[in-house]
Amino acid sequence: MKKVLVMVLALSLVLSLFAGCNKDDAEVTDKEVTTTEKEDAQVHAFIFKNTGNPYGEKQMEGFREAIEKEGHTAILKAPENPTVEDQIVIINELIGQGVDSISITGNDFDALQPALEAAMDAGIKVLSADSAVNPASRMTHINQADPELIGRVEVQAAVEMIGGSGQIAVLSATSQASNQNLWIEWMKTELEEGDYADVELVEVVYGDDLRDKSVAETEALLQKYPDLKCIIAPTTVGIAAAGKVITDKGLIGEVMVTGLGLPSEMAEYIENGACPWMYLWNPLDVGYLSGYTAMALVDGTITGALGDTFSAGKLGDFEVIADGEATQVMLGAPYKFEPSNIEEWKTVY
Amino acid sequence: MEKPKVLTHKEFSSVRYFLQWEWILLIIFILVNIMNASFSDNYLKFDGLMRASMIFLDKGFIVFPMALVIIMGDIDISVSSTVALSSVVMATVYNAGVPMGLAILICLGVGALCGLINGILVVKFKELAAVIITLSTMTLYRGIAYIILKNQSAGGFPKWFSELSWGFAWKIPYILIVFVFFAAIFTLVLHKTNFGRYVFAIGNNDIATRFSGINVDHIKIIVFTLVGVMASICAIFLSAKMMSTRPNVASGYELDVIAMVVLGGISTAGGKGKMIGVITAVFLLGFLQYGLGLINVQSQIIIIITGLLLILAVAIPNIQEMIKNFNKKREVNL
Amino acid sequence: MDKVKEKVSISEMFSKFRELGMVLFIIALIIFIQFRNSNFLTLENIDDLITNAAILSILAIGMMMVIITRGIDLSIGATLALSGMSTALMVSANQNMHPVLALLMGTVVGMIAGGIIGLLIAKLNILPIIATLGMMNVYRGFTFIIGDGGWVSAYQMPDSFVGIATSSFLKVNTLVWIAIILYIIAYYFLNHTRLGRQVYAVGSNPGSARISGVNNDFIIFMVYSIMGALAGLCGVLWVSKFASAQGDTATGYELSVIAACVLGGVSMAGGVGKVSGIIIGVLLLGILQNALPLINVSVFWQLAIQGAIILFAVLSNVLIKRNSDKKNLARRVL
Repeated sequence: MKKVLVMVLALSLVLSLFAGCNKDDAEVTDKEVTTTEKEDAQVHAFIFKNTGNPYGEKQMEGFREAIEKEGHTAILKAPENPTVEDQIVIINELIGQGVDSISITGNDFDALQPALEAAMDAGIKVLSADSAVNPASRMTHINQADPELIGRVEVQAAVEMIGGSGQIAVLSATSQASNQNLWIEWMKTELEEGDYADVELVEVVYGDDLRDKSVAETEALLQKYPDLKCIIAPTTVGIAAAGKVITDKGLIGEVMVTGLGLPSEMAEYIENGACPWMYLWNPLDVGYLSGYTAMALVDGTITGALGDTFSAGKLGDFEVIADGEATQVMLGAPYKFEPSNIEEWKTVY
Repeated sequence: MEKPKVLTHKEFSSVRYFLQWEWILLIIFILVNIMNASFSDNYLKFDGLMRASMIFLDKGFIVFPMALVIIMGDIDISVSSTVALSSVVMATVYNAGVPMGLAILICLGVGALCGLINGILVVKFKELAAVIITLSTMTLYRGIAYIILKNQSAGGFPKWFSELSWGFAWKIPYILIVFVFFAAIFTLVLHKTNFGRYVFAIGNNDIATRFSGINVDHIKIIVFTLVGVMASICAIFLSAKMMSTRPNVASGYELDVIAMVVLGGISTAGGKGKMIGVITAVFLLGFLQYGLGLINVQSQIIIIITGLLLILAVAIPNIQEMIKNFNKKREVNL
Repeated sequence: MDKVKEKVSISEMFSKFRELGMVLFIIALIIFIQFRNSNFLTLENIDDLITNAAILSILAIGMMMVIITRGIDLSIGATLALSGMSTALMVSANQNMHPVLALLMGTVVGMIAGGIIGLLIAKLNILPIIATLGMMNVYRGFTFIIGDGGWVSAYQMPDSFVGIATSSFLKVNTLVWIAIILYIIAYYFLNHTRLGRQVYAVGSNPGSARISGVNNDFIIFMVYSIMGALAGLCGVLWVSKFASAQGDTATGYELSVIAACVLGGVSMAGGVGKVSGIIIGVLLLGILQNALPLINVSVFWQLAIQGAIILFAVLSNVLIKRNSDKKNLARRVL
């Protein structure tokens, strides 16, 4: 009899746990999904790489703004860890819900193909934004900025900072990050094509987008190349780590840092001179443009084919352009952040 | 809790029978399904549920041998690295021109080898807990995967290969059929064969089992090798799911697998548990996550729920035990 | 009497021998690295090395105590992130909060987190690996929730706070001083206080410890609370050092800490572990992490090299011990 009582107790514990969860769920659902009363309301989903990334939060915010402005419903999801496995789980959940479109910032170029094909088979429009997936897995891609422009402009910035001669190094994210690798290729091209006989790219190192690893790699660079003049870090984690190391070691003015960084993270180092200036696009706009592209695909305004045009709210009109064999929509040129404008941007994202 | 039959054979009591963890698990499973169905109209759809099981079952294969390991009182945390290494080797040899069928066999071989090494180290170095040995090999195996693929992804598998993870036979996913097949085999092995009885015996009393003439070392090596083999089967389905692989795949799988086993009622102190509970736990966690995902619960809330569920699962039998002991004491005092 | 004395001296010799072996290994490693890159043994690089190893070394103290009591703590990465995030949010809201107060707050957050785990393990008899695994998920989830998916960045933190990790005293970084002070306290606590000795007693034989009047439950609770407090302290130091608090801070860091302990000769079987040992373990890991990039070892080889060295150290440790035990036995027969 006692045992029965214990079990009942235990069971009610479990139940109360679920009841607790239910309450949470309901709240979250209210917060995350805002349903509208429109007749032909569409449901558009955005999947980012992982949670807890302010850059991704801003992209999702821009996406939501665009979707809700047109009276549709936005679902914003991101796995806890930046893995393909978890993104596949989320894609499947969205197929189960029967959403109209999925915009995804991929954790891998190829590995999402079967899952995204399954989504397209289920009649869902699929596009990638920011970090691309391969052409077979998507209808089009939202490119945040021209990779050629990013690569070239960063080398030009570095050369200007060091006064035209000296050693430079690159601190990247992981060695298989497709974005970063493409930019680094263009950096090398710019170095070959331009008139930079006195500039030497000594090494490309990888901080894996981890704080501690990026710091250790920066310190190792400084040890290995005492004459190093400039570090280009085309990744938000790496550039902040490099800025921190240069500041802590009192090397401001001797070793320059530039690359791609979040204004909020880099404000400190732009103001103290460790990083004279850097570049980035506006993630809010990336999300916003993805939202309008997704709606245009669902409305049938575009099919993702070359030469399609559509209007993206406050951003104006866009055209689908070529990306090798596939197609993409280009947001624009990267934006330059410098001491004169960092104050107004650091609170934005 | 229920005791293995070898040691204590108590008379059948219907109350005791229905108070087993497996039945409670089943009730929770049903409740979860009712909850999910009431939150989302999209939940109770055959295709959706089948598709969901297609996604979460890949790590389910490792759960069976892991249950055996934990019943023996050991643990293996190198499984995710074994998955990574065997899938990376498979992709590499395939891209080097080896036919796909052979590449799959090589993948199984690599998994078996990883498990065998773990097993041999565990029995040869009894001073070391299995957790330490597998912690070291976990780093080592994944490190080798990185050396082979250098952080690139490799794929380009033949088209039919993706059917393994994405294909259906009469609306039932292939992966589910394979899973049921292995579930049946492992249930039989654990509960109906001498081998299974020895596994329980080792978990209950390693030394006594040794003295009763059973080759404990052999059984341990076999079980650890089985873990490796099943990890490589997981690797095959995972690679098929992504049609490619990278050295960092499956990270964190070991913790998910251990959570499923423990939730399934396998005692981490060794010697106790039933395969049916573990199988229920796989579907319970899978459907719970799918259901919460359908109503777009944030992923961080989902991990909190799984964490609490895990703790609760192990705490309930212990609380039961404590209250029982407390009552006994009181009776003695009276 | 003599026999007892001899036994003690031999076991002492063994542990000295083991540590000597590790020290020789480290010296050989240093010479090799210095030969490959002459920048290794510069004051500046040594300063980088020990500053980067400071956080690892602080965590290793707590992990050693946990492992001595036959436990393990997988949750410290999550506890570290939770404490770091909550402290960072607090200082960014109150810009003129005193840094010592911030350190204190982080430590308390960690201590509560660790205390909950301690209660689960001591009172509910949940196996440490399961309890910490479950709570790891819970704490990680909470970190994301209180951070609301965002980061706390450098410009939001007052200079006094970031200054904790960049300031130095006698040209040695504050982090290193904190670690040194904690090591002195830990040495005194573990070797010269009643409670400290009881930690070893619980680990080497829980049953006899209980009979001889040790409150096992309290010791376990205390050990996990200390571990949590140290992880909380490190959370603040981490955030101050990198001037950024994120939800995924220190994911997987627990494995490095466990590896440092194992390299330092702390035995998973419980009861064995010395402060001097973990210093060696931390030093070895710190050197590997600092030097592998310096001597241009391909990043893809680093993980495998680390795994191989850990496995080698652990296994050779056992072989040396067996050898000394054998000699010990032979001498006794005479």
